[in-house]
Amino acid sequence: MKNNILIEAENISVIRDKKEILQDINLTIHNKDFITILGPNGAGKSMLLKCLLGFFKPNNGHIKKSEDLKISYTPQDFTIDKSMPITALDFIMLNKKVKKKEILNILNELNIEDLIHKQLSVLSGGELQKILIARSLVDSPNLLVLDEPTQNLDVSGQLNFYKFLNKIYYEREISILMVSHDLHMVISTTKKVICLSNHICCSGEPSKITQDPEFINLFGHEFADMMSLYKHDINHNHIGKDND
Amino acid sequence: MIDSFILNALIAGICVSIIAGGLGCFIVWRKMAYFGDSLSHSSLFGIAIGIVLGFNATIGTFITCLIFATLLTFLQNKKILSNDTLLGILAHASLSIGIIAISLSNQYINLDAYLFGDILTVTKEETLWFISSAIFVSCMLFLIWEKLVLITINENIAIAEKINIKLIQSLFLVLLVIFVATCVRIVGILLITSMLIIPAAAARQISRSPGKMAIVSGLLGIISILVGVYLSIIADIPTGPSIIFVLTAIFTLILLSIRRY
Repeated sequence: MKNNILIEAENISVIRDKKEILQDINLTIHNKDFITILGPNGAGKSMLLKCLLGFFKPNNGHIKKSEDLKISYTPQDFTIDKSMPITALDFIMLNKKVKKKEILNILNELNIEDLIHKQLSVLSGGELQKILIARSLVDSPNLLVLDEPTQNLDVSGQLNFYKFLNKIYYEREISILMVSHDLHMVISTTKKVICLSNHICCSGEPSKITQDPEFINLFGHEFADMMSLYKHDINHNHIGKDND
Repeated sequence: MIDSFILNALIAGICVSIIAGGLGCFIVWRKMAYFGDSLSHSSLFGIAIGIVLGFNATIGTFITCLIFATLLTFLQNKKILSNDTLLGILAHASLSIGIIAISLSNQYINLDAYLFGDILTVTKEETLWFISSAIFVSCMLFLIWEKLVLITINENIAIAEKINIKLIQSLFLVLLVIFVATCVRIVGILLITSMLIIPAAAARQISRSPGKMAIVSGLLGIISILVGVYLSIIADIPTGPSIIFVLTAIFTLILLSIRRY
């Protein structure tokens, strides 16, 4: 596809039980984009991801994907049944044609090399999330899709995760599409925010979006004011300072 | 010197155990025990059709099970009824229709042999069918193994990684149907699911990877065939139940020895 476009969604609509979950969504994901979808519960965030990834066929609209698109997806509600005996390393290598050394490098970066020989079924939610992220980075994808990736992490885990995400975004030059509830952290990390409430209310750079009347309408005045305090240049690394 | 009928029985049993080793793991992982049970119940209908129309019962079973599996998957996707209700209806409906068809056929049929299996009557020609089924199913399963394991763990990750999940799942169903059509002769309709589930459940206790679980499951199946056939001959008890009895004993032993630590 031309103009470095990875995914182009045009006029996407999804109707379920006579309710329009997604209304006329237009969205383009380019190379090196870092997009976060925000929105209240039931806004259709996960459904939009499902449509873009091809898990769900929208009632209306078209989705065009680049031929060299290589997606890595981290689901929201990942659980592993106890009847499946599989170590973290075996799971990461499943259906991937990569060398063990590359995987070990990624695990080192994520500080989770001690988890590799553990069974997936004994890992905590946070540990499992990290293994999923590690798996999604293997095999050099050009689009990372993350559905609420930090929901099982504690606050320091979330901070580390977003720092790490920033790092891989710059180092690997990949595109990231993420659904998140961590508004304050998203504002300081992502390059573009899309506010969804069944339709796209507003979208743009995080620093500008918090001033948008639609954003204020969606999340409230107090929240928007609080968010504007979090305006950051994503190249800066002063997360520690904010906590002081 | 082993009698040829025992040798044929052992070859057939070992082939079935090898197939069951891999497929059984997926039945356990995907929680398809009731599905397997329903599929095997439907095989009686196939046997009846085969006998009434005068062709091979195995082919009859294969075709009916395939139609049954397709219908079941179609109805499951429609989500009209919950899975267990749907399976309960179809399994027992097909079992009843099968028994009615056999009774109307006016031919003498040893129903016990189909319900509980009759491994000792396997002929030399039939062992060739068992051997080729074992080779075919094992090779196919080996080819789709990694993809099927990933689909089993998380379908959405598999779709995102461009795996054709419908194709892989359909292939798995075909392999399962081949197993049922093959295994009916060995342990019978009522005990087929246990041949899939018990070795896999026992193997789970002592395995740390999906592949090892399948191999251990196959080996436990082979041991139970050897011991079960021997036991049935010396104690003069039905072979199918004898095999399942040995499997259950192995499962219990493993479970008890694991719990000790």
